[in-house]
Amino acid sequence: MTAPPVGRIVLRDISVSFPAGRHDRLVALGGVDLVVDPGQIVALIGPNGSGKSTLLRVVAGLLAPDAGTAAIDGRPIDGPDPRVGLVFQEPRLLPWRTTAENVAYPLELAGVARAEREARVATLLGTVGIEAAASQVPSQLSGGMRQRAALARTLALEPQVLLLDEPFSALDELTRERLNLELLAITARTPTTVLLVTHSVQEAIFLADRVVVLSARPGRVVADLPVSLARPRSFGDLDAAIVSSTAHAIRAALGEAAA
Amino acid sequence: MTAVRAGRGTTTAVAPARIPSVVGAAIALAAFIAIWKLIVIVSGFPPFILPTPELVGARFVSAWADGTIAPHASRTLYEVAVGFGVGASFALIVGYLLARLPLAERLLSPYLVAAQAIPILALAPLLALWFGPGLTAKFVICALIVFFPVAIATMVGFRAVDGRLLELARSLRASRWQIVTTLEIPAALPAIFGGLRVGVTLAVVGAIVGEWAGADRGLGLLVNIARGSLFDIPLLFATLLTIALLGIALYGLVVVVERALVGAR
Repeated sequence: MTAPPVGRIVLRDISVSFPAGRHDRLVALGGVDLVVDPGQIVALIGPNGSGKSTLLRVVAGLLAPDAGTAAIDGRPIDGPDPRVGLVFQEPRLLPWRTTAENVAYPLELAGVARAEREARVATLLGTVGIEAAASQVPSQLSGGMRQRAALARTLALEPQVLLLDEPFSALDELTRERLNLELLAITARTPTTVLLVTHSVQEAIFLADRVVVLSARPGRVVADLPVSLARPRSFGDLDAAIVSSTAHAIRAALGEAAA
Repeated sequence: MTAVRAGRGTTTAVAPARIPSVVGAAIALAAFIAIWKLIVIVSGFPPFILPTPELVGARFVSAWADGTIAPHASRTLYEVAVGFGVGASFALIVGYLLARLPLAERLLSPYLVAAQAIPILALAPLLALWFGPGLTAKFVICALIVFFPVAIATMVGFRAVDGRLLELARSLRASRWQIVTTLEIPAALPAIFGGLRVGVTLAVVGAIVGEWAGADRGLGLLVNIARGSLFDIPLLFATLLTIALLGIALYGLVVVVERALVGAR
């Protein structure tokens, strides 16, 4: 008997604005509706300033929307939620802690006992393939290893919803592809709902079940396109005809979004 | 290879062969003494103006051996320890508040700067008048002189904490207290220790100044006695040497604590 799938994100008419100048407000999101089903991987794509990262922060509970409702499994999001894990664009590792200590950080904050912490950190370092770097500090790690450590840290609390804010965008192409593959492997092993912000149409198609295109400011959903590629996926799949037609549809929606 | 891995923060790059710092310091000291000696020989100053290094060295040893310096040195050390401890503790708290409460900074910073602008030398007689000739006046003067550099360094250190790391901690549902202890303090420590290094040497200055304004014991008093009633100029120099060594030792202590807490990053 398996547990019922969890991690359903429901966003209704989300609006967010920021103060800009003395009297004006900059509207980042102008009424976003989005439902992500449990275990689904959804890529958010859109022009700069379309509020992709802002939307992720709303789901992460770091930002309260001006209007609209956000809920996970029917429970409204009213602050950072233990069911939600966020991977930032930069690794954001604490520079004075070793890799293992960084991965252990969320467990420490949550009051997990040392013995259990150490066991879980060892497993997590293995999951992302950086066991050898356990006792090194971030300044000794490559960019790819740092982002792996950041991913392991986010996975430490076993989130049902994984939010990724262009997590691999600062890495070189090869490292990025490898990390994308590993990300798919990890989410295949433990069913996780994933909401991912990306700038790359190819990355969106490779990773996601659905690609959601946001318009330029104020951000709204202008297209919601399914990616009908079977899993598990490999980079060879990116040559399929279905991919080029999906990419074409995304680019068309983006063109519309930018206009 | 394992040795390199084990050391946290050690760079794998090979350091160029260099003179150990102890040897460097010894060479500088030898040069200093040689120049001093040379000045005495060339100028022909009498010992009550500029005694020779060996005369000062001999007096330093004898004054320590016969117990002339020790009680004064221990009193000054005591004043520095208490004054520094009190001043630095207040400064850490105020520095944190200045960094995190913009209102506190607007209200307090003009007064902090004004207090710092008045030379402690000018303030010492007033504090001696208020707090009497006992230890309290010295503690207050030490604490005051330590306060400013440590408070400012603490404020700067906490302000410089990366906002992105704070957002990370928030996303991990860290409590306010957890953020302070696991994130803000470790991040601000290098800057705070910059302030403590300055503060500890100033604390020695504060104690001496406080003793000048009236004391029954202390290295500051001994300086006055050696120059005045005793007219023992080699002893005056030996006392100055003791003050310098006290400053170096305390500074070294701060550096040792800093290395232990901050480590290599």
